[in-house]
Amino acid sequence: MRFALTDEQATLRDAVDDLLTAECPPAVVRAGWPGGDPAPLDRLWTALAEMGLLAAMVPESAGGLGLTEVDLVPLLTAAGYAAVPLPLAETAAVAGPLLAAAGDPGGQLAALVEGRCRIAVAGPGGLVPYGQRADLLLLLTPPDGPRLVRPDEVATTPVPTMDGSRAALRLTGDPAVGPSVGTRLDVPADLLALAADRATLAASAQLVGLGRRMLDLTVAHVGTRRQFGAPVGSFQAVQHQLADALLGLELAAPAVLAAGWAAATGADSRPADVSAGYLLAADAAERTARAALQCHGAIGYTTEYDLHLYAKRGWAIVAATAGTDHHLDRLGTAIGLPAATAEQGGRP
Amino acid sequence: MDLRPDPADEQFRAEARDWLRAHRPARPLPSGDTRAGFAAHLEWERTLHDGGWSVVSWPRRYGGRDASLWQWLIFEEEYAAAGAPQRVTQNGIFLLAPTLFEFGTDEQRDRILPAMAAAEQLWCQGWSEPEAGSDLAALTSRAVRDDAAGGWRLTGHKTWTTRGAFCTHLFGLFRTDPQQQRHRGLTYFLVPLDAPGVTVRGFGRFDGDEGFADVYLDDVFVPDADVIGEVGAGWRVAMATTGSERGLTLRPPGRFTAAAARLVQLAGDRPDRLTGRLREQVVRAWLGARAYHLFTLAQVTRMLDGDPPGAAASLNKIHWSELDIALHRTALDLLGPDAEVDADWTRGFQFSLAGPIYAGTNEIQRGIVAERLLGLPRR
Repeated sequence: MRFALTDEQATLRDAVDDLLTAECPPAVVRAGWPGGDPAPLDRLWTALAEMGLLAAMVPESAGGLGLTEVDLVPLLTAAGYAAVPLPLAETAAVAGPLLAAAGDPGGQLAALVEGRCRIAVAGPGGLVPYGQRADLLLLLTPPDGPRLVRPDEVATTPVPTMDGSRAALRLTGDPAVGPSVGTRLDVPADLLALAADRATLAASAQLVGLGRRMLDLTVAHVGTRRQFGAPVGSFQAVQHQLADALLGLELAAPAVLAAGWAAATGADSRPADVSAGYLLAADAAERTARAALQCHGAIGYTTEYDLHLYAKRGWAIVAATAGTDHHLDRLGTAIGLPAATAEQGGRP
Repeated sequence: MDLRPDPADEQFRAEARDWLRAHRPARPLPSGDTRAGFAAHLEWERTLHDGGWSVVSWPRRYGGRDASLWQWLIFEEEYAAAGAPQRVTQNGIFLLAPTLFEFGTDEQRDRILPAMAAAEQLWCQGWSEPEAGSDLAALTSRAVRDDAAGGWRLTGHKTWTTRGAFCTHLFGLFRTDPQQQRHRGLTYFLVPLDAPGVTVRGFGRFDGDEGFADVYLDDVFVPDADVIGEVGAGWRVAMATTGSERGLTLRPPGRFTAAAARLVQLAGDRPDRLTGRLREQVVRAWLGARAYHLFTLAQVTRMLDGDPPGAAASLNKIHWSELDIALHRTALDLLGPDAEVDADWTRGFQFSLAGPIYAGTNEIQRGIVAERLLGLPRR
């Protein structure tokens, strides 16, 4: 029993932290918003590729790092902390390993490894976050299996989003894409379920990172902002909100890492562990966002200040992840609960 | 990173499980916070001690079995899962003993620990006073030097002392230097409750059990041998036990994962009451226990790497105390009209309500988290 990152995992996480501090400061997140300069985003993607992160879960034989889900959790937590405005989690955690497992039928893996292919994933309702900035779209739900398509091969329309850096598309055509369109990935159903869990895990890790960023911003702010002659961070009403935010994040982080471990080791508990990690991370990130906004006061309620970049990303990720109801239901069933009764209140 | 249990630890688990199944009382004991129930619990404590399970993590020379932190966690899981009785000895074992291990002399350890392990000396905590609750440093109970007798004379009033009416000894903080303010000038003393000048009056807690006591001290003599740590260093010595009390030692996760399992079972027994709202509450309560379990695995790993939790124990305390209420409140909802009947879940609910108050209120804990973990400015 040992529940801590290995030295190797921690070293890689620190390297990713350093890279993102340099290449993905708030100004680069803002560059992802409409009207922003795409050049720093391209540089960021190239830097991520050079570190091997895009192909983190692609086997070494195919040019990837050959990492597992548990290795990926701290890296995507760092990506969340930086609010990387590109489909990093989608490419690295979902598309890369799925494409490799399917035998790379379209010959796109090399481009992914080299940073020449961004892959966005279509979510519930046909919304594709980062679709406008993607080279390929991964459709997970066509009836004949997952399919990789170019954006110009399917009917789409750009969609404005609350988090402007999401650059989303909406698929407007028939969800049953014709057999001539794109590349079909021939993978068994259990691998598809694993891909969905990886997406949820990636969301969870990013939410923990986003929460930590919002908390750090807030702690810095309330330590210097003075009202009534004292730093507002010395007031109990402020301190206690932030203590609760930290508590939520500190409780969520081990659960997300444990979910990564379950996925990496093929444990039967994986679906339950992934749902557990997600529920805790989503709750912690949302509570932190509320506390962060409240403790900043009006200063945080502006687009000039950076907090909104991270808060909006958190809500966007929660929206794009298969719903809270699904995870509550799945976890409840896994722990042995019967289905909910329709009858309100039951009989005495 | 390896979340698989160690084979030796699993063997320890099996041994603990087998012993607990074979020896636990056939029927639940009456509350240990009543005089009759306390006596029944002492029987159990002695059975535990005879089996070598009363203080598993202590060294063998004091009655333990040198169990690792992992094994201790496992024992606590098995203990709670077996539905074994509450530990009426816990305030000695989990609060005083860690202090003795850190600050006691060999003589004190040899004299006190084996008797504590055997439930011969029964310890209660003498910290709170009528005017010093959350603000412990405001305590006014005092100790005056008696050089001729080689000790101190203690006078004051301790209150909300858990099981004080049934215990034999008290450990507590007293002001030895009246010139000093607040947390300076305090000293940590051990006091036998049958010493001349001690008066103990039990009184009812929220749940009606006589689980609390006032302890009045009137010129009570305590020899130098019963001072723990240095004279005047009582605050620092006491803070060592607060870490134990708030964190892992007093409330390891096994207690809550077992309660969560019972809650799931209760829901399964009453599917007609399990509305979508209640099902979500059950899942979230179970999840809170699971999260605490995983948080603890990471915390213990860090402890074994030489990084003690320190102020992070306050995170444990806030979480487990609120979790305990959530688990029990959800159970009451599942019970419906039966929730008002005086039974296990109802009693557990009432007890859980004390969690955010004892061991330093959660407001105090949030202040510690804010100032010491987040680095926010002090008022």
